[in-house]
Amino acid sequence: MSTVKTPSVALNDDAPAVRSSIWGWMKSQLFSTPLNCLLTILSAWLLLATVPAIVEWAFIKANISANTAQECRGTGGACWAFIYEKHRLILFGLYPYDEQWRPLIATCILLGVIVLSGVRRFWNPSLVLIWTLALVAVAILMWGGVFGLKFVENSLWGGLPLTLILSTFGIAFAFPFGVLLALGRRSKMPAIKSICVVYIELIRGVPLISLLFMSAVMLPLFLPEGMSIDKLLRAQIAIIMFAAAYIAETIRGGLQAIPKGQFEGAESLGLNYWQMMRLIVLPQALKIVIPPLVGIFIAMFKDTSLVVVIGIFDLTQAAKAALTDQSWRGFSSELYIFIALIYFVFCYSMSKYSQSLEKRLSTGYKR
Amino acid sequence: MTQPKTSAPLGKRISWNDPGVRSIVYQVIALCAVGAVVWFLVQNTLHNLSVRNIASGFGFLNREAGFAIGESLIDYGPANDYRRALTVGLLNTLRVAVVGIILATFLGTLIGIARLSKNWLIRKIASIYVEVMRNIPLLLQLFFWYAIISETMPGPRQALKPLPGVFISNRGIKIPWLQGEGLSWLVWGLLLAIVAIIVLSRWARKRQEKTGQIFPIWSVSTALIFLVPPLLWFFSGTSLSIDMPELKGFNFAGGITLSPEFAALIIGLVVYTSAFIAEVVRSGIQSVNYGQWEAAGALGLKNSLVLRLIVLPQALRVIIPPMTSQYLNITKNSSLAVAIGYPDIVSVVNTTLNQTGQAIEGIMIIMAAYLTVSISISLFMNWYNTRIALVER
Repeated sequence: MSTVKTPSVALNDDAPAVRSSIWGWMKSQLFSTPLNCLLTILSAWLLLATVPAIVEWAFIKANISANTAQECRGTGGACWAFIYEKHRLILFGLYPYDEQWRPLIATCILLGVIVLSGVRRFWNPSLVLIWTLALVAVAILMWGGVFGLKFVENSLWGGLPLTLILSTFGIAFAFPFGVLLALGRRSKMPAIKSICVVYIELIRGVPLISLLFMSAVMLPLFLPEGMSIDKLLRAQIAIIMFAAAYIAETIRGGLQAIPKGQFEGAESLGLNYWQMMRLIVLPQALKIVIPPLVGIFIAMFKDTSLVVVIGIFDLTQAAKAALTDQSWRGFSSELYIFIALIYFVFCYSMSKYSQSLEKRLSTGYKR
Repeated sequence: MTQPKTSAPLGKRISWNDPGVRSIVYQVIALCAVGAVVWFLVQNTLHNLSVRNIASGFGFLNREAGFAIGESLIDYGPANDYRRALTVGLLNTLRVAVVGIILATFLGTLIGIARLSKNWLIRKIASIYVEVMRNIPLLLQLFFWYAIISETMPGPRQALKPLPGVFISNRGIKIPWLQGEGLSWLVWGLLLAIVAIIVLSRWARKRQEKTGQIFPIWSVSTALIFLVPPLLWFFSGTSLSIDMPELKGFNFAGGITLSPEFAALIIGLVVYTSAFIAEVVRSGIQSVNYGQWEAAGALGLKNSLVLRLIVLPQALRVIIPPMTSQYLNITKNSSLAVAIGYPDIVSVVNTTLNQTGQAIEGIMIIMAAYLTVSISISLFMNWYNTRIALVER
């Protein structure tokens, strides 16, 4: 605990003389107290014990060009050749091999739209149009069946594009739903309020897995005879239902932060409920909650990996499929690290973006 | 000249311009819509069930389960009924949740404090840990740890021995455990010590309020916790021995086993959630104004007292609500156990579903179980939160 109670000492460290040299820096940062010395030595020892071994395994002794698993096992390092061998399966799943340029373009479109949405210059109504166009384009590319593209059933979709589709479509549809739920929960009408509260609390109280199971085994029972929704769409519905409850709670936080005067001012201008919400309240409320919303988007992106449990071929499931190849057994660590790297790049850049956004949007005073 | 229409005396007239009337109409419409959807779904479900000859109801709970469960806290065999199997699943879920919450709180607090350390190396290591762990899906981490334990670890004969009596192999983790009648005396001793501490701290607070004398409650409590159970066991004269695991033939005997599934699940949950808890703890400590440290120092309090009496109570107020949601997350995320084959409630219900076809009842059991646990945790944390909340005068 002694590491916390430092502020009184920290002041002294700001003295310029101590900071000016490497020795001064080391003295203040690493060896200021006996406890600090001990901690530094312990963690340095820990790093020395692990990092060189990991570097040796992942880079120095790694094999990136082997053609068979046998060659790979001989080197004693990581077998990245396995990833290269299986990259089409991991990235695109069971999508027909010759048509895999289509999911590739779809992935690029989705990534492009996501990046575009992050640029503040595009934060205007035209973004909705761009999103609609992009989602339609992705649907055409993935399904095909028009413009001479071969029709591909969505049970064959897989890999990275599927993960991106599940998360972007999930968020895109859950967002308006979540806004409505948040407004409903803040409503003065008891019936509407209680419907929304029950929905939100029910969904937030259960794990996503139970909703996915529900979509897999219960949804078919809910529908009239002869009508069926395929598995992917059912999972997508479950993700939308789940995300909407969390988005609603976040937006409710923003709504609560809007001072009452804004509502009264809007009403005194003669705006009706929807005009008031659309023109006055929601723009302010949404601005406040953008950083936590990005947090929810990150969580949803990670949570799409749960569709594995109902057998949908997303990135994680594709990795598991690649591992079942008998001739390439025993390289699961390499594969999981590769997949983890993909998820990490997405999530980390989103969270860095959210932090920078938070800084730019904060108009209050800084401590 | 007609009378100007004022709303007060003629308020009984029903008008679309009356917000009250509109609100009632909207609510009736909303209720009808929700009711219609529910009715439509229920009708379809009943029809589909009758077509498929599935009898609804919870009667299946009393039938024989007929499947084995890998690990269980209570006696269970395939001859037991489904009710018992589901209880086993629920207990397994609770076990993971409780162990996970305790370990993740401990590790998370440590890392959160490390992120604020004055030591550059410690600070960097902690922040790299947090950034890496929270940006990789939990499911992937579970798969990774499970693969490490079940594939990369050596067999029982070449098991790793990080500490004497602890064996790590692809059969799971073996640790020594206490054995004999003395165990229950130890537990009673612990309970006795806790009761004594509660009574003592009340008395100490009263005395301090009356006379101003401070009773060294912390050191006395620590002594009680560590001394009472062994003393009680010593005077009871019952037997107590340490059950060390050892290699016999191809597997281990003695000690207790943490199965690979359980170990992977706990490691994954703790590593993942502790990254989030670290952030919660860090923001809580940072939320306490620097002036509070200075003011407490000016009063002449020593550092440990400043932390305990001034900073922690204020930091906890910021920490508790997000910590509650992290605890709820651990509980809900323990359902990912199904993906690596740990028999938690979801996994047991899944097997039950496949055997009996009672989909609706099964999902309802899962949801009811998680809702109950979630609501109990949030009730407890809300109670704790109001206890430590700011009392404004």
